[in-house]
Amino acid sequence: MGKLGETFFNWAIMAEYAPKVWEGLQLTVWLALAAIVTGLAAGLALALVRAFRLALLNFAIVVFVDVLRALPPLVLIIVLYFALPTVGIRLSGFVATWLALSMVLAAFAEEIFWAGIQSVPKGQWEAARSTGLSFAQALGHVVLPQALRITIPPLTNRTIAITKGTALGAVVAVGEILYQAQSAYSFSYNPSPLTLGAAAYLVLFIPVVWFGRWVETRFAWKR
Amino acid sequence: MEALIHAFFNLEILGKSAPILWAGLKMTLVLSLVVVPLGAAGGLAVALLHQTRLRWPMMLYVDFFRAFPPLVLLMFVAFGLPFVGLDLGAFGAVALAFLLNTSSYYGEVFRAGIESVPRGQVEAARSTGLTALQSMAYVVVPQAVRNVLPDLLSNTLEVVKLTSIASVVALPELLHAARQAQASTYNATPVIAAGIIYLLLLWPLVRLLSRFEHRQIASR
Repeated sequence: MGKLGETFFNWAIMAEYAPKVWEGLQLTVWLALAAIVTGLAAGLALALVRAFRLALLNFAIVVFVDVLRALPPLVLIIVLYFALPTVGIRLSGFVATWLALSMVLAAFAEEIFWAGIQSVPKGQWEAARSTGLSFAQALGHVVLPQALRITIPPLTNRTIAITKGTALGAVVAVGEILYQAQSAYSFSYNPSPLTLGAAAYLVLFIPVVWFGRWVETRFAWKR
Repeated sequence: MEALIHAFFNLEILGKSAPILWAGLKMTLVLSLVVVPLGAAGGLAVALLHQTRLRWPMMLYVDFFRAFPPLVLLMFVAFGLPFVGLDLGAFGAVALAFLLNTSSYYGEVFRAGIESVPRGQVEAARSTGLTALQSMAYVVVPQAVRNVLPDLLSNTLEVVKLTSIASVVALPELLHAARQAQASTYNATPVIAAGIIYLLLLWPLVRLLSRFEHRQIASR
């Protein structure tokens, strides 16, 4: 146990690199929040556009969603970061990771929002329109509020899963938790910084996982 | 336009890197064929233990491993465990990290499935003389699996996509092969090609899932 403790819980090394990991934690939070905001907003926008049922636009949306659901996020990040510069587009690691995670979240969110909109009975549309609301008003004031409620549990889970993708930024040198822990590990040749990084993820994500559980029971389908 | 084709869709480069991409694709398939059944079996075990007195430990296990980004878990297993004399090699490290991560996700799906089977099913099965284990295996689990089939498939899609992170610990799967080819040819075509291969491989599953989801909603 002594050796194990010294290897994985070397307090001196942990204390030395704790400020770095703390820096990484802050960046992880920023990156996650940025991706959540843009991803969800873009996903909702796409679902609303889809509700207008314009054939060509809808086809484009379905292609976008399918491609981003099939591609591994890491592949997307690598393409944005390593392939785009060869045609003169240079993105920082942060921007590449943010963009990739936002696009993936937008694709999944669009599917969920769209499923929610479709789940609202047709009679709701008809009743809303018959009171004189325009199509956009019926969508915004009647259909969407009902649709959003049932989208909350799947949306929460998907958002949490994609938020954990911020760790992929380590591959393109974004100084988030994993990157900081990993470089500290290479400097010190001791895995204690990795333990510290793992602990940082636990502190950050255990409450998030529990929040997801709570949302799931709170907004469960009434059958 | 020509510059774009030269940079991303360069047939000459593609020809040169085809053998390494093919080897990478085979490794991705082998890896998926190992980690998906392993994760699913682990998840089923977690869900079954969740029904016993081990409910709390299992919940802890699931929440603990769901809190880690998979890449963090992989790094820890690949770089940390050798320090205590447990060097599993790249493939072994990936398999162990994936087992820990995906079994907790599969575990949640199976648990939801098992809990969706009405209590009366177990009572009826037990009253016909089946043991607890038999009624679980022959009555509850088959119905549970059917009830959560879309979620199982969706999770499997995510696991296959996730195998791409094995490139970070230098396991020569598709993404790793593509990046090696990119580095040696100074051209992004192999990485674009890898993306297209993932698309071709997984697009049918994405379509199937999309149809499942719409049917699920239509039935509500």
